[in-house]
Formats: sequence, C-alpha cells, structure tokens
Amino acid sequence: MITKRDTPITEEELHAYVDGALPYDRACEVEEYLAAHPDASSRVAAWRKQATLIRERWGGVADEPVPERLKIDHLVSRKAGAARKIAAAAAIAFVIGAGVGWVGHDLSGFGRNTDIARALADAAIEAHRLYVAEVRHPIEVRADEEHLVRWLSRRVGSQLKAPDLQPEGLKLLGGRLLSGPRGPTALLMYEGTSGDRVTLTTARAMREGESAFQWRSSGEVGAVAWFENGLAFVVAGPAERERLNRVARRIFDAYEVAENEKK
Amino acid sequence: MAMLNYAVENPMTAVRRGLEPLIPALRRFARALARNSETADDLVQDTLVRALRGEHLFHGGDLRTWLFTILLNLDRNRRRSLSRKPVLAVIEDVDPAGDPGADGRARDIERGLSLLPPEQREVLLLVTLEGMSYREAAESQGVPIGTVMSRLSRARTALREHLEGELPQLRRVQ
Repeated sequence: MITKRDTPITEEELHAYVDGALPYDRACEVEEYLAAHPDASSRVAAWRKQATLIRERWGGVADEPVPERLKIDHLVSRKAGAARKIAAAAAIAFVIGAGVGWVGHDLSGFGRNTDIARALADAAIEAHRLYVAEVRHPIEVRADEEHLVRWLSRRVGSQLKAPDLQPEGLKLLGGRLLSGPRGPTALLMYEGTSGDRVTLTTARAMREGESAFQWRSSGEVGAVAWFENGLAFVVAGPAERERLNRVARRIFDAYEVAENEKK
Repeated sequence: MAMLNYAVENPMTAVRRGLEPLIPALRRFARALARNSETADDLVQDTLVRALRGEHLFHGGDLRTWLFTILLNLDRNRRRSLSRKPVLAVIEDVDPAGDPGADGRARDIERGLSLLPPEQREVLLLVTLEGMSYREAAESQGVPIGTVMSRLSRARTALREHLEGELPQLRRVQ
C-alpha cells in the first residue's frame, strides 16, 4: 500500500516547510527527510536564515508610530483638497463647454472656426496640464474597465470612441469626465512608452460640421483641435506638431470608420 | 427599511475602518521595497489615497492583498519613471547602533535583495516579511501560484549564492 510517507518530498514542499505552510504530519516527514539529506538540509537552513535577516532588518518598521500624513483621517481631509482641484477643472470645462456652445450659436459658417478652435485648444491645454502634470492620480476610470467608453458616451450624449493609438506608441490609461454648463466633456488619457502623456478632450458641438485641424501651443504643451459630426475634439500633448497631427489623424480616422459603418 | 440600514454597513466606511490597522505592515513592506523611508512612505500614502478613491471598486475579498496589489503597481510605475531620468535617491545607511554584527548583516541582505529581479524580491518579501500565504502572494502580484513558487525558488537560490558567496570575502577584507 502506498502511504503518504512514500510520496517523495518536492522542492516546493521544502519551501512550504520553511514558510510554515505544510500540514503538521507532512512537516514531520520533511524533517525526517532533511535529517537524511544534508544537501537539502543546508538549503533549508539558508532559506530560513534569509527570512530571519529580512525580518531582523525591516520587521521593526511596523512598530514605528505611523506618521501623521499617513493617517486615514488626514488623508480623507486631503481629499477635500483634491475636490478643489476638480472644481478648478470644472471651471476649465466651463470654458470648453462655452466654446463648444458658441460654435452652435454664433457661427453661420466655419470662417471663424480658427478662433473657436484656438479657445478650445487653450482650455484643453490647461486641462491637459492640470491632469497630466499636477494631479497625482490623473485618471478617474481606468482603461481596462470596459464601461469607460460606454460611461463617457452616455454622459457626453454621443457615441465616443477610445481610438487605438498604439501605432503612435500610446497606450490608453483611462479617462475622466469634466462637467461644463454645455454638457459633460470627456477626457481620455494616453501614455507613451517614455511616460509622455497625450489627452483627448471631446465634447458635443452644438451643430454639425467639420473643420480643418487647428494647431495651438503654449510652452511645452501643444494641441490640435477640430470639429466633426457634431463633436469637438482637442488632442493635447508634448508640443511636437507633427506627432500630434498624426495622432489627431488617427483619431479622426477612427471616428470616420465608425461613421461609415453606421451608414 | 430603516432597520436594514443598521444591518448593512456602508462599504466605504468598512474599507476605511479596515485600512487603518494595515498601515504599519504597508510601511514595513514599502521600506524593504524602496529602501528609502521617504520614498516608502510616499508609496504608502499614494496607495492609501488610491484605495480611498477607489473605495467603491473594492467589492469585498481580501483588503490586504488588494492594498498590496495597489502598492506593487505604484512601485512598478515609480521604478519605470526612475529608469527614465537619472535620479539620485538617498539609500539610507543602516542604524549603526546596537549589535555590531547587525550592521554588516543588514547591509548584506539589503544588497542581496537589491540584486534580485523586482518580481522575485516582491515575492520573497511578501512571504517572509509579510507572512503571506502563496495564494495571497499570487493574488497580490496578480499571477498564478506556480509563478509565485518559481519566483520564490529563484529568489532564494540567488540570495543564497549572494550571501554565502560574498560573506567570506567581506570577512577577509576585515
């Protein structure tokens, strides 16, 4: 009859023995085995010693008093500070919203679109700065949460997309919703391999129509803005015009494809 | 209906209440991971802020492994950004007081750990310093248990080589 005693001791069980993860009976069998196998025994002794050294070195940190800045009460009150930043963002979104609204009300043609696009782009550059550079946690909903695009689309009131910008080396991090008087504004954030970030701000324009890409830059941040199918788009990122134009083109194409599929 | 409210605790409150007692362990783990105490506490702070912001994303389960997952992810981001720009982080000296041998031993284990690939260092610390089960370590790292076992095994083998290979040399120097 095969008893458990005959089962060979595996390397994994030696680790489990050191980590106290074996049932008592099996641990006893491992001890017998170690007594007869000096090689395994010295390995086990070395692993134990490592664990002791690690605990000796850092174990005491848990007994230190927790600094004030790490206390929950403190952090919760800090969240009020974060709320102020969101209010600032809402103010920026107000500008975006107002700009988008203006397109609908005041323009009979698109001759003055350049100005609107400029104002929009400036606002988006500010939003970009706020969320890319200043806030530690730039994203409200992560990209891997499948409801991101659905949620933003519903709130903005138009079918949005999170265009694939991988060919430009940009990976979608996630998004957040900015609220403005003319309606909610979606902000998607992408990150490049070197940590460079690009945001896509989208809001509903008040009328149908299209425009050419408008370039705007302020310091190290640049933006490309355009209108299409009742939506206003601004792509903001490091001020490399050619690259942002390529990114904008990809976004434009992604929406174009979606539009054609509808037809 | 009002009676029901007594029975069901607000999940946000539950997370907050559960966070507090875990902070010392998070600090300990972060210190071993980041080696610099300022950086380590920054990591813990960011972890807690994120956990508080994502309270609604936590649907039961193990709060501790969830927190360690957040911390590990933040640490990976941190290391990624460190590799982008040359930053001179202060690596703290070990407290020279106390057991005279402790100084050298502490330096050896620090150096040994720093030479391990990050994911191996993480597993070894989760298991030995935090006393996590293999399942919990796997959950924290978001990998299967088999991966945890092989990382642990490689970490211990490499660390043994380092400790047993270099200790005699150091003694010779003295």
